[in-house]
Amino acid sequence: MLELKGITKKFDGKTILDQVDLTVNDGQILTIVGPSGAGKTTLLRCISGLEMVDGGQFLLDGQAFDPATNRDNDAVIGVVFQDFQLFPNLTVLQNVVLAPTMVLKKSAADAEKEARALLERLNLGGKADLYPYELSGGQKQRVAIVRALAMHPKLLCYDEPTSALDPDLRREVEEIILKLKREGMTQIVVTHDIPFAESIADQMLRVEPKE
Amino acid sequence: MHYVSQILPSLISGTGMTLSIFFWTLIISVPLGILVGLGMITRFKPLTWVINIYVWLMRGTPLLLQLIFVFYGLPIAGIVFNRYDAALFAFILNYTAYFAEIFRGGLQAIPVGQYESARVLRLTNWQTLRKIVIPQVVKIVLPSIGNEVINLVKDSSLVYVIGLGDLLRAGNVAMARDVTLVPMLLVGVIYLLLTAVCTLVLKRLEKHYSYWR
Repeated sequence: MLELKGITKKFDGKTILDQVDLTVNDGQILTIVGPSGAGKTTLLRCISGLEMVDGGQFLLDGQAFDPATNRDNDAVIGVVFQDFQLFPNLTVLQNVVLAPTMVLKKSAADAEKEARALLERLNLGGKADLYPYELSGGQKQRVAIVRALAMHPKLLCYDEPTSALDPDLRREVEEIILKLKREGMTQIVVTHDIPFAESIADQMLRVEPKE
Repeated sequence: MHYVSQILPSLISGTGMTLSIFFWTLIISVPLGILVGLGMITRFKPLTWVINIYVWLMRGTPLLLQLIFVFYGLPIAGIVFNRYDAALFAFILNYTAYFAEIFRGGLQAIPVGQYESARVLRLTNWQTLRKIVIPQVVKIVLPSIGNEVINLVKDSSLVYVIGLGDLLRAGNVAMARDVTLVPMLLVGVIYLLLTAVCTLVLKRLEKHYSYWR
């Protein structure tokens, strides 16, 4: 369970997030919606530790933690970026096993076995040896999801998962997110796509731009 | 033909000096260039300041002047190099500055998202640099590095001012002695061969890195 208490974030004195409180229960999906500039992505970046907060507290399973400095490998927060940010110089398989081998210190064989199983689960079975440039947008996104899952995250965050995809691929993302939910993954999805958010959410957070 | 075979040994020995300057400068300047290039993008301002002044000096004055300064100027301050070391020192200082600028550009071409994506995967800075950033930078900078490599082959002829016996000097000596342009033609052909080999090797390297885009 992730709890945010009074999270505040400012950029150059301008308050972007003002005292945000929220709770995400295990295995649930929280969607964060709102117009652009409202701070949706900023909130996600704070949760995933890419931005330092100016105030407030994070609790993971009741324990206080700071995502920006936390290095505990049992409390990883996975991120699927809007533009995926796969590593172009590595194959799909190498993208997935890089962190498990270097950070979790798994053996190459174990990491590969697990990666192949995950790829298989997201219909990427035949793509392991391709480079990112050889994949479609939807495939890249699924690789990004697999890469995040391989670190056994407590929580998986998505930044605008539908924005870089063709409209007909929206359903596919939806299905993946719901499938991961059935497997018990806790997920946070930032999106401006309200119908999409409504169809997957257990809980919706609306953020409004500050004056 | 007889004349050619007569002067060829001295030209070849001159080529040895040229190649020696070339290889040592390359072997030392490229890694140094990566380090200095990294220094240019750190957030530690005093360091970037010092590096920027260094790069400005090295790129802002002729290499010929730098050679003269190292060999004839530094001894006034009590720093004495022999001819060969003076040449290497000047070349390494000069080329490191150019390489650093190239690597800085390459490093800055890597999107911030790549670092962020490495960070959320818990990779350390060093792992990120080694596995993700450097391989991408190498691919980006290869054509520009290639340009400098070709330049270096020809720039090495500047060592004649401090009396080192390189290829150009060997040709010059023969030309002055025998009053004929033939040695210089040969020198030109040898430089062309050297740069042709460099070009081929660089093409190969670029091809090697073309497995991804």
